[in-house]
Amino acid sequence: MGKPAVRLDELIDQDYRQGFSTMLETDTVPRGLGEDVIRLISAKKNEPEFMLDWRLRAYRHWLTMREPQWSTVRHPPIDYQDISYYSAPKSRGDGPRSLADVDPELLRTYEKLGVPLQERELLAGVAVDAVFDSVSVATTFKDKLAGLGIIFCSFSEAVQEHPELVRQYLGSVVPYSDNYFATLNSAVFSDGSFCYIPPGVRCPMELSTYFRINARNTGQFERTLIIADRGAYVSYLEGCTAPMRDENQLHAAVVELIALDDAQIKYATVQNWYPGDKDGKGGIYNFVTKRGDCRGANSRISWTQVETGSAITWKYPSVILQGDNAVGEFHSVALTNHYQQADTGTKMIHLGRNTKSTIISKGISAGHGHNAYRGLVRVAKSAEGARNYTQCDSLLLGDRCAAHTFPYIEVKNPTARVEHEASTSRIGEDQLFYCQSRGIAAEEAVAMIVNGFCKEVFKELPMEFAVEAQKLLGVSLEGSIA
Amino acid sequence: MLEITNLHVSVDGKEILRGIDLVVQAGEVHAVMGPNGSGKSTLAQVLAGRDSYTVSAGSVRYDGRDLFALSPEERAREGIFLAFQYPVEIPGVANIYLLKAALNAQRQHRGLPELDAVDFLALVRDQLKRVGMDEALLYRPVNQGFSGGEKKRNEILQMAVLQPKLAILDETDSGLDIDALKAVADGIEAMRRPDRAIILVTHYQRLLDYIVPNQVHVLAQGRIARSGGPELARELERRGYAWVEAAAAGTGAAA
Ligand SMILES: Nc1ncnc2c1ncn2[C@@H]1O[C@H](COP(=O)(O)OP(=O)(O)O)[C@@H](O)[C@H]1O
Ligand SMILES: [Mg+2]
Repeated sequence: MGKPAVRLDELIDQDYRQGFSTMLETDTVPRGLGEDVIRLISAKKNEPEFMLDWRLRAYRHWLTMREPQWSTVRHPPIDYQDISYYSAPKSRGDGPRSLADVDPELLRTYEKLGVPLQERELLAGVAVDAVFDSVSVATTFKDKLAGLGIIFCSFSEAVQEHPELVRQYLGSVVPYSDNYFATLNSAVFSDGSFCYIPPGVRCPMELSTYFRINARNTGQFERTLIIADRGAYVSYLEGCTAPMRDENQLHAAVVELIALDDAQIKYATVQNWYPGDKDGKGGIYNFVTKRGDCRGANSRISWTQVETGSAITWKYPSVILQGDNAVGEFHSVALTNHYQQADTGTKMIHLGRNTKSTIISKGISAGHGHNAYRGLVRVAKSAEGARNYTQCDSLLLGDRCAAHTFPYIEVKNPTARVEHEASTSRIGEDQLFYCQSRGIAAEEAVAMIVNGFCKEVFKELPMEFAVEAQKLLGVSLEGSIA
Repeated sequence: MLEITNLHVSVDGKEILRGIDLVVQAGEVHAVMGPNGSGKSTLAQVLAGRDSYTVSAGSVRYDGRDLFALSPEERAREGIFLAFQYPVEIPGVANIYLLKAALNAQRQHRGLPELDAVDFLALVRDQLKRVGMDEALLYRPVNQGFSGGEKKRNEILQMAVLQPKLAILDETDSGLDIDALKAVADGIEAMRRPDRAIILVTHYQRLLDYIVPNQVHVLAQGRIARSGGPELARELERRGYAWVEAAAAGTGAAA
């Protein structure tokens, strides 16, 4: 009889706003994987011998491995021979030297994505290394950074210009044999970002990479390597989007962070890869290995992630706390809607004395979304006085979604203190009604409640990113009201 | 302003309101009393648009319009305000943020420009003083960790900021110490105006010592068993609800 008030499940539809694709001439390797393809990639990139060797070792190892089955995510089998492992926009000459050389179509794409590539936006203080499919097309602010001795460039360029650094650190956190997807990445990765902050230097601006998957049927395998030398500091932002495609696309990235004595690295991700449509068709499979190594004493690494995209997210940004007094942090918001699946969390491996780690995980499930937190806290025998605090909260919208928590705790040192708190709540119809009864539209109320739930994580993000993340959650939960 | 006719409401197949008739004019204060479980909150929530209740018969007109044609937020924007018996906690959302979003949603609906932060804060601070609420509560998450009295004052603050046409206060006086009761009563009394109506849901006479209602209604077994002037509340205070309930059961059996 009465006009039905808005139902929660009607609020959680979404449109993917970044779902346009760009017409570009590309240089794409035929589908399939074999040593010949790897040699071809390496040759196209004019790599030194050690890189090709490393790739081939990885590939040969990969052939002996099997796809992991232990996570909660479910997907049809991936045909690795049906993927093209290299795709680059064809550009005039040997690749862009400045913004003027970059394909204007590409620049328009970045504009639509809101990537601040233009000089005037650069004044806002973001240096962007944009990865379009597999080749880095424009790296900005490089000169200013170079003046401080900071190296910030595409991975390919680092291989050419700083092979000694690449050789020293590549695979030193995530070895080529690490896991199925990381090993595949090691064999075929085509580009990514590289960053080195010399001793005692505080990077004066946020460094940023935007990743975007554009070409059809191409997996994207990028690799990021960040080294903060003694006493250095850097804050790094990674943003991702991908156009709408019916077929699923594979993304298997590797990120390695290395912090030496007294160094600090902050790494923040806002990920909104295409999640598939509301019936679960299409979307990115995101199998990513991210690991930081607090190699030096008093070093500090923090991961902050806001994951709203991908059909499947499989990702455990981790910290190895080797140096004494090292600090590792993981702050995460993961949202799954429709048929999205997320199996994400972290690993904190305490090896050094008085090492500390903090884990704050906020999982939001809506629609038929599945959200799992999987976290490992390992305290080795050597980690005298180690401490961990873990807080894992799940928020459910509607009654067809699910949340799971899998905390693994292994403590080998009796002086360690490990605390774990977990909660699951449903967005209350009563919270929603309370806001509505004050005149606030249901959609806005849901966004407000969800953002409130995520507050502890958002406050870890740089200001503009936090605003972006809030909007993103709003969009991801947006829907029609009857 | 409000005209309730033969309202029947059930929840989970159980009929709670069984034919309510009530007319409230602008400028009036009506007290709705009754024992626990008699349906007072149900009535209040149905008027505000809670959808977990099923309206099985009857009608409600508000300012001449069919109330049930409006969503909860539309009702609020049209000037209905419900002070909750149990105010809801919203973790991570600052109290002042909710208040600002609410006021601006309502202003927008009325074609008024949004208030900027400075004007808004001035307005809220002014009302805070009247309610006797600590400013620190503005920056805490909505109702989280508030004491019972703070929650009730917060409801009054919201009402004072939103300036509704029809205010429904569901046991805003319950669980308050005498100072808080006085502050809340003053807050309500200050709202009394010729173009505004107030429905006070209460258990106790004591609130009505501060706010003298135009009419008192006693709810029992889902009906208004008795209506009268302020003296009815005093009689209830003396004799308890039992006699009204017995009378209601009598008429119920006869009907
Ligand atoms: N959501 C609900 N589900 C089931 N029963 C309810 C619900 N809400 C109220 N009731 C029942 O309706 C009756 C009236 O409740 P309520 O309106 O809260 O009374 P009052 O406010 O007068 O104490 C009570 O018997 C209560 O248990
Ligand atoms: Mg009640």
